[in-house]
Amino acid sequence: MKEAFSIIGQPLPKIDAWAKVTGETRYADDLVLPRMAYGKLLRSAHAHARIVAIDTARARALPGVLAVITGHDLPRVKFGILPVSQDEEALCTEKVRMVGDAVAAVAAVDEETAEAACRLIDVTYEPLPALMSIQESLAHPEVRIHEYGDGPNVHKNVALQFGDVDAAFASSHLVREDVFFFEGNTHMPMEQHAAVAQHGADGKLTLWSSTQTPHYVHRLLAKILDMPGAHIRVIAAPVGGGFGGKLDPFAHEIAACKLSQLTGRPVKIACTREEVFYIHRGRHPVLMWLKTGFTQDGDITGSHIRTWLDGGAYGSYGVASTFYTGVINPVTYKMPVYKFEGARVFTNKPPCGPKRGHGTPQPRFALECQLDKAAEQLGIDPADLRRRIVHEPFTKTANHLTVTTIGLGECIDKVVEASGWRAKRAHRAEAPASAPKPLWQPRKRKGLGIAGSAYMTGAGTAIYWNNMPHSGVVVRADRSGGVTILCGATDIGQGSDSILAYLPAEVLGLEPKDIHVHPADTSLTPVDLGSYSSRVTLMCGVAAIQAATRLKTVIARAVATKLGVAPEALVFRERRVGVAEDWDKAVPFAQAVELGEAMHGVLAFPGSYAPPKRAGKFKGGGVGPSPCYSYSACVVELTVDEDTGWIELDEVWIAHDIGRALNPLLVEGQVEGSIYMGIGEALMEGQVFRKGLHKHPSLLEYKSPTTLETPEIHTFLVETDDPEGPFGAKEAGQGPLLPVIPAIANAIYDAVGVRMDQVPITPDMVLRGLELKRQGKPARIGPDRLPLFRFKEPLAVESAFGQPAEAIAVRPFADPESTS
Amino acid sequence: MSLTVNGESHDVLVPVHKTLLEVLREDLGLIGTKHGCELGECGTCTVLADGEPILSCLALPADLEGTAIATVEGMARGSELHPLQQAFAELGAAQCGYCTPGILLTAQALLAEEPQPPRQRIREALAGNLCRCTGYTKILDAVELAALRMSRVGGRA
Repeated sequence: MKEAFSIIGQPLPKIDAWAKVTGETRYADDLVLPRMAYGKLLRSAHAHARIVAIDTARARALPGVLAVITGHDLPRVKFGILPVSQDEEALCTEKVRMVGDAVAAVAAVDEETAEAACRLIDVTYEPLPALMSIQESLAHPEVRIHEYGDGPNVHKNVALQFGDVDAAFASSHLVREDVFFFEGNTHMPMEQHAAVAQHGADGKLTLWSSTQTPHYVHRLLAKILDMPGAHIRVIAAPVGGGFGGKLDPFAHEIAACKLSQLTGRPVKIACTREEVFYIHRGRHPVLMWLKTGFTQDGDITGSHIRTWLDGGAYGSYGVASTFYTGVINPVTYKMPVYKFEGARVFTNKPPCGPKRGHGTPQPRFALECQLDKAAEQLGIDPADLRRRIVHEPFTKTANHLTVTTIGLGECIDKVVEASGWRAKRAHRAEAPASAPKPLWQPRKRKGLGIAGSAYMTGAGTAIYWNNMPHSGVVVRADRSGGVTILCGATDIGQGSDSILAYLPAEVLGLEPKDIHVHPADTSLTPVDLGSYSSRVTLMCGVAAIQAATRLKTVIARAVATKLGVAPEALVFRERRVGVAEDWDKAVPFAQAVELGEAMHGVLAFPGSYAPPKRAGKFKGGGVGPSPCYSYSACVVELTVDEDTGWIELDEVWIAHDIGRALNPLLVEGQVEGSIYMGIGEALMEGQVFRKGLHKHPSLLEYKSPTTLETPEIHTFLVETDDPEGPFGAKEAGQGPLLPVIPAIANAIYDAVGVRMDQVPITPDMVLRGLELKRQGKPARIGPDRLPLFRFKEPLAVESAFGQPAEAIAVRPFADPESTS
Repeated sequence: MSLTVNGESHDVLVPVHKTLLEVLREDLGLIGTKHGCELGECGTCTVLADGEPILSCLALPADLEGTAIATVEGMARGSELHPLQQAFAELGAAQCGYCTPGILLTAQALLAEEPQPPRQRIREALAGNLCRCTGYTKILDAVELAALRMSRVGGRA
């Protein structure tokens, strides 16, 4: 970069840190409006049933009840977050497809009355067979969960081929075929979803909600309520954790709006924890078959993956999720040819959708475990193997994704060195497994495992096709010297509000405290698509820099006139504008704003960002492109107790290619949180069902790591200064989750010699694996059969592997003179 | 009944089955106390009763008459933040911030009992407070920093 930074790179507190440590922050459920009523949803206890009749008479008669609605009181229109999957109703009218589907809603003077009224609603169901697994849904085409899709109970069936994988396998030194299963799990944000709707007497509607995407909710509410979007305002309250779980429009939001319209009072609906487990939209359970060829030296010759996703009852983001199980693997390592076949199957369970890493942790687990097995067979150290095959920067992948900077090699080096990988692994290699066992042996065995990964920094295409900005910022300078930022971005704890303060402060030579950030209000703020796909820092960031730079240019012109210097000679720092060599004459920023406003009128400037247009020219090419990709490498050391199967994590070393750490404190926080969440997915978390019911829809029974299960995490940040990112930054919120799961599985193998091809890895699985080993059978725990299923004839596209990246940092709406 | 919260006495008239969590949030407007499950499982709603952490979602105000209840709103002295609050803000220990009030109060109780707890002891004390954002690392760091600062200035808990 041309100049030293003053704000960027500093470990500053978040701008909302003070409100959060004092309890000032007002989340959606903290909002209380005068005359507010309370709503509740009646949810189905059947996993699959036809609705014969709903009688609300008894509920309506209950004193304190203000309104009772069913789906017949809403416009009869189906909706869904993706234009291709419009399959949801806020309140089901004809049938329910899962336990937890809402069928009616009540508004009452208090929550207790609303709950009592729900119990007085009489619903007559005609139960239908419930399909609870991929296998069941495929085996029973006569039972249709939905009438649309790519086949009976098949939501999506995709197949893409980039080059001839079979020819590559034929000429390989080693070809491995492995089968893996990744159990579903859920986001579990600490804040339960809540919404407050106020339908005014003027016919306008305001919705405050714990949502990660006020823009999509705004768009869809107009359709669902059959109201002009111009009369709807959606405000995202500060979100108490999202992780992808607050990215769809939900029944409680829609019901609150309708109930407010009917009662003429504000209505709040706050979901219980049990409801949150059924709202879900979390990690898909995915069954995977992965075939990869290797040369003798460990280079990958080609890779072919098949994935079957258990989608649950609705589409949600599922079409995108399906593609994501296939399209990101080639970004990490050199894969000259690649084939991907994927299918998403409907089942009568809560719908799956985007959870941190969206569709990519599952195939990442498969690939990194398979690499470990291949390395062993080839006699290559697993860290060396990965180091050797890291993708080339500024080239294209087989599946036409443009990769820019890659810090993966450096990441691997960092964690290998910091963890003492070589010494520890060499030490273990000294005692071969066949050596005579001493009379006593330790019951606890240590193991060390490694994995790498990549993730996108923002989806290159929007959910609905358009040519508009993905993120917009308006910056306004005030005569006080303060600067206001308006941006549709939603802070879900990751710190997007702070990023929106740091970047303009850096550009304008101000302090973050001087910047007032107003986020996520569809009436005030330019659209930002939402907090998903790790897009916010990059997209809002570039837009904010553009807006601030435009403001700076105009102020510089006015100050230059006053000082009689060239505008280019001016620097903005320490809340002043002046010439560096003549700093005594520098003008305070507030005065500079007055000069600017006198010369130009009101100082308000937009910034816009849309990603470079790089979608591959084939159907499906729109999923996977991203301005740039982040990279991570992780080493896990753990101890396995051979008597109990208990796995205790000792330490985790993670290195993450962040491009540039705009605030290292926030980046570390994202990395550590990702590691924690990955540990939960690897060892304990499972969104599993019995006869249609969630097995453990509570925070006690749904096991998640506490302070005692989360080990010391050593984080290293690698900076590659990516030309696509704001001041070179890439994402941090999702990518670091990916490698920890396979690193744990690989470490368990290192410890006890059992391959874990399935997560979560529980102590009973360890014991079963050890028993197989004792019996001389293959010591592997994982799925042993695949569904009978015919994938589509693959769309054959030429491999783009190794082609040079084109048009770096060429994006719509960029100012011609700006380069970063 | 009369409830003493953050040193202030409140006369409240509420149904007897209403939980302390509900009374704090709905009747006293102290929304700093959050809820994650309302079943006593996540620690989010932790407040202090005579200095001991309790789960306000399981506590009934009728049992707490004469008890000094402390919520996150009572941690700062005027405009001066408690060292724990200061450390949590500085070190990024609050991400979404939703579990933060409960964790701050649990940590405050720990430091009152044990001013210089080793890291493992902090882990044990906070094991009943779930956080989904931070991976706990910065939280442990912040408690350690606050303990260190409090020991330097002669202690305050």
